[in-house]
This record gives sequence, C-alpha cells and structure tokens, in this order.
Amino acid sequence: MPITLGLLLALSFVVSLVGLAFLIWAIANRQITIDQHDAETVFGPGETRGADAGEEINPHVFDPVQAGIDRISARPVLVLIAAATFWLLAGSLFGLIASLKLHWPDWLDFAAPLTFGRMRTLHLNLVIYGWLSQAGVASVMWIIPRIFHTPLRRPGLVLVGALLWNTGVTLGALAIAQGWTDGEEWLEIPWQIDILLAAGSACFIAPLIQTARARQVHHIYVSGWYFLAAILWFPVLFVVANLPLFGGAQEATVNWWFAHNVLGLWLTPLGVGAAYYFIPKIIGKPIYSYAVSLLGFWGLALFYSQVGIHHLIGGPVPTWLVTLSVVHSVMMFIPVIAVAINQHVTVAMNLWALKESIPLRFISFGAVMYTLASFQGSIEALRSVNTITHFTQYTVGHAHLGAYAFVSLVMFGAVYQILPRATGRVFPWPGLLNLHFWLVVIGFAIYFFALSIGGVLQGLAMLDATRPFRDSVEVVLPYLQARSVGGTLMTLGHLVFALNLLGLAFVAREDSANAVAAE
Amino acid sequence: MNRYLPLSVLALAILAFATLMLVIAPGMQIDARSVPEGLRKFTQSEQRGRNVYVAMGCVYCHSQQPRSPDQAPDVERGWGRPSVAADYAFDSPHQLGTMRTGPDLLNVGARLPSEGWHLTHLYQPRAIFDWSIMPAYPFLFERKDQAAAGDRVVALPPGYAPESGVIVARPEALDLVAYLQALDRTYPAPTDSLRDDGYASGPSVEDARARGEDG
Repeated sequence: MPITLGLLLALSFVVSLVGLAFLIWAIANRQITIDQHDAETVFGPGETRGADAGEEINPHVFDPVQAGIDRISARPVLVLIAAATFWLLAGSLFGLIASLKLHWPDWLDFAAPLTFGRMRTLHLNLVIYGWLSQAGVASVMWIIPRIFHTPLRRPGLVLVGALLWNTGVTLGALAIAQGWTDGEEWLEIPWQIDILLAAGSACFIAPLIQTARARQVHHIYVSGWYFLAAILWFPVLFVVANLPLFGGAQEATVNWWFAHNVLGLWLTPLGVGAAYYFIPKIIGKPIYSYAVSLLGFWGLALFYSQVGIHHLIGGPVPTWLVTLSVVHSVMMFIPVIAVAINQHVTVAMNLWALKESIPLRFISFGAVMYTLASFQGSIEALRSVNTITHFTQYTVGHAHLGAYAFVSLVMFGAVYQILPRATGRVFPWPGLLNLHFWLVVIGFAIYFFALSIGGVLQGLAMLDATRPFRDSVEVVLPYLQARSVGGTLMTLGHLVFALNLLGLAFVAREDSANAVAAE
Repeated sequence: MNRYLPLSVLALAILAFATLMLVIAPGMQIDARSVPEGLRKFTQSEQRGRNVYVAMGCVYCHSQQPRSPDQAPDVERGWGRPSVAADYAFDSPHQLGTMRTGPDLLNVGARLPSEGWHLTHLYQPRAIFDWSIMPAYPFLFERKDQAAAGDRVVALPPGYAPESGVIVARPEALDLVAYLQALDRTYPAPTDSLRDDGYASGPSVEDARARGEDG
C-alpha cells in the first residue's frame, strides 16, 4: 500500500509538471495562438483608450453599441448587486458580534442563536454565499457579454437563478441560527437547502454558455477563461461535497478539498477574472504580457485544486496526502507570480490612473492582496510554519487577507465601476467612495496585523509545554480586542458602501447619464 | 484559447484529477482500515449530545485531533495520544476542527470525567476559570424555585448562583455532557493506523508501527 500511494503522490506531481511543461511548450511553439493583440479584446472597435478612467472629469458621449449590450445585462446584474450588498451588511454585523463575543464572552448569551458558534457561522456563510458569490456572479454577467461583444443570452434565467440562490441563502441562515446544520466548516447550510443553491448556480451556467457560443469575437479573453471554468467548477464541488457518502476522517478530506476549492476555484477566479478585465479597461491599455496569463490560469487550475489538505497537517489523514497538498501549495507561487506580472506591471506603468479612478484603486489594491495572500498561504502550508500558525487566529487573518482584502475589495471596485454604466447615473457623493476605501483599508490593516501577531504568540504559547494553556488565551486577548476595532471600521465602510448605492438609486438624477464615460 | 469546449473539458478534467487525489484515493485508503477494538458506538444520549455539540458550533474553538509528540506537546497537555483515522469511524459529521481557542477535546471524557464539573462549566465557564473566554450556555439550563425529583442541580460558587432557587440542567445539557464524557480514545492505536507522520524524525516510523509502538 505505501508504495502504491507514494506512486500516486509522485504521479500527481508529475502530471501537474508535465501539464505545465506542455503548456509552456505550446505557447513557445505557437500551438496555442495567443498574442499581445488578443489582449485588446476588452476594447470595442475604434474605442478611445483611456476613456474609462476618470469619468467625473472626462465626459464622453454614450456609446450605443456597448449600451445595447449593457442594457440587457443591467437588470440581472443590478439585482445580484443589491442582494449581495444586503448580505454583506448582515454578514458584517454577525462577524462583528462574533468578534466582540470572543473578548466579551458574557455579552448576548441568553439565547442559542446568539452564541459564538452560530454568529461566526452565519458570518462566514453570508459573506461567502450571500456577498462574495453574488457580487462575483454579477461581475461575470456584466463582463462576459462585453468581452464577447454580444448581449447576454437568457437574462431571465439569471434572475431565476438569483431568486433561487437568495432563497437558499435566507433559509440557510435561518437554519444555522436555529442550530440545523450539516456541521462541517464551509458546508454548514443543510444539504436540503443546498439543493436551492445548486439549482441557482445551474441557472447561471446556461446563459453564459449560450453567450459564449454566440460571441462576436474569435478570441476568449483571459477573464473569460477564469469565469467560464469557475462557473462549472463550483456546482461540481458543491454537489460532490454534499453527497452523504463520507464519514469520519474521510469526510474531513472531502471537507477541506471542498473548502479550499471554494476559495481557489470559485472566489479566486471570480476576483482575478474581474481584475483582469477592469484593470486594462479602466487604464485604457492592454495588460502587460498576455501570454503569461495562460500560465497563470492553468497553473491555478492544476495546483490550487490540490492544496486543500494543508488544513489537516499533523492530523489523522495519510502522510502522502498532506505532503501532496503542501507541495501544491508551494507550487502556487508560479500562477500567482504570472498574474502578478500582468496585473501589477500594468498598473505600475500607469500610476496616474489610481488617482483618477476610485474603482481602480479598489481593484488594484485587491489584486496586490491576492499576490500577498497567496505567498502567505504557500509559506503557511510549510510544515514548520504550520506547526505554529495552525489552530490559531493567524489562520483567520490569512483567510481575511484572501477573501476580504483580495476578493471583496476587487468586488467593491467592480460594483463602483459597473453601477454608473448599468444605470446611466453617477454617484452623488464621490467623497464617500473615497471614505469607504480608507475605512476598509485602515480597518483591515488593524484586523490583519492584530490577528497575525496575536496568532503567532498564541501558537508559540501552545507549543511551549512549560506554559499552561491559559497563557495562549491571555496572550491573544488584546489582539482579539484590536481585531474588533478593525472589524468595526470595516463594517462602517460597508455602511458607507451601501449608502453610496442608495444614493445612486434615489438621489442621483437620470439626466446625469451623459456624464458617464463612453467605452 | 479560442474554443469554449476544450477549455471546459480540460478545466473539469483537472478538477476530476484533484478529486481522485484528494477524495477518492485517501477515502479508499482510510476505508480499508479496521475499526479499533476499543472504539464503541455512541449511545442514543451521547449521539443527541453530539448533535448539540455540532449545533452550538463547539468545533469553531475546539479541535478533536491531538498532534504527535514530534510536532507539539499535546500528550503532555493531557490531550491524548496522536489520533489516527480509524478513531473517527463513528463520527459524522466529523468535528476535527481547525482552531484551538480552547483545548483539544478528543479525550476530554478521560481527562475530565465529572458530570458535575461539565455542567458547572457549561452553565458558566468563568465560575471555574476566571480567564476563560468560552461562551456560557445558560439556555441549556433553567432556574427553578425548588429542584423536583430527578432534577440535576448545578453546583455554583457564590456570585454565579441565582439569588433564589436552583439551576437545573435541561436534557440537552445532560446529553451534551454525556457526549463529552464519551470522548475517550485512550485505547491503544491499531497497528495498521493511519495519520500524518510528516513530523516524525528519521525513517523509523513504519518500523515502530510494525513493532506496535505508536509514533
């Protein structure tokens, strides 16, 4: 048995490497035709480059061709964004309560739905399935028709999907509050309710495939690869993980195969794909090195899909399996650097645009955080580092660097970029967009550094057999309080975000349409 | 990258490969191990208590997977020998956990066998440890003017006791404590046991296993 498994381990690694080598060979020999010219797919024919930046300063006439495309996607996109924003606020509130309860343990302890274990679970499920997934799908529905130069097919089905999805999230939240749960991290929503989410995600697939097949451009732009793959990956992951076939230690491997792939093959492609579209679009110049983006995409698929078991390092699962996930976690450096080269160099060569466009500021900040979160994750998966950080608040800090500072910030920027174009209105209070940015960035910085430092101290205390367990609790306590401060600022930022959206909906005048930049 | 179909097929094939490596292969390997002789199924009351444990979200602060002495001093803390895959044969949903805001609980029943201690601790952890940040679960208990026959009265120090009457445990609290008391994997690990030995120093782990000394 050990020999067979050693072989399997080697096989997995070799297959990934061969796949990567083949890809590099294919690019080098032009078997896959992809060149810098393809990177310009994001721009319309004869489009004035740079038109997207600084819409407040640089008014242009509305482009009728693009408007025809956007008008079809606008309705489902607006519904998804509105729902996502609602869940963001609810999820932030529960997160804040959970954070406070860790240092005020006797606060709100009179009813079971208010206990820490349920507040934390509500927070996670609402921000992942309510906010990030829906904001991501909204970006997909907005961007796919634009890069394919054809209107979204079957927008009504997307609305049905959104209805099913939100019903699922609502019922899931009620179930968790009542203590009805499947009991595994990231999979708490009962499987009976998960059927609604699976059906909802299925409704998102058909319109995208139809739109892809009807596209008016030959080339599928890089954002399209990430989106089209992610929209297929998620339902597969979600359905397999909910199958009642597993138990015990086996169930734990399924649990973390799923949970890390929700980040790696669902939220990450949504965030990276949106950044790949909006960064060149807002700046008005194609991304730096288009061929490298292939490496980033297939590297992500090959390596990220096998990292999940680094959540079980030192646990009751086979050694080879843990080693496999550690190796693939480290290999994630390759696709991450590929994405970093493309996105950061493009921004770095056009720093002026950061001043002009607040959406770009959110998105490129998020893109930088993707690089940092992935580097941190690769290092955190090393056995020596993991011994200290595993089982501590450090992991929570890392999770928020990925899911919040990366994906959420990209989504904030995407929403700010999409809404004026979907509604033909401008934000009535531009200063509040800026306030939102600084609240969440400063709040997050406090959050992240507090938990990272506190987590390491907590881990070191637990590893020192001469110190009682209480030391690990007492040493992290001030950092948990600091985290609540950071979390409060982030939540305030989300309130400002919602206020901006309400302002756009109710205060902005329709006749401001001409002030939105053409594309 | 100009065709939709190859992109989708390849993307799904890669996910299928990852599923083979992370789900199917380890699943078969874990399934092939025998259930340890010392491990028994949960009683009805313990299983109900386990459901309370799951529903309260205890897993978000308590792991159930002691590490090996090669990696961490879990044995010295009294959390038990390193757990192996077969120790969880009757656990569904699994509650391995990823956080130790509180201590590991896989052997809490062996470490803290007293029902009275657990009831007091669940009603108000700070009645026992003033530094504890564990939630209190007063809603698993009720205050009565006078305990009826069969009621389990919770012992509380002054300051935590009600001004009048007594605190008695509801059935959920008694079930939960029954589950906590049943958390006991102190029997020896089976010789064909399976766990992450990545921290073991030297090549002697398999040999030690073969000799029956668990690593």
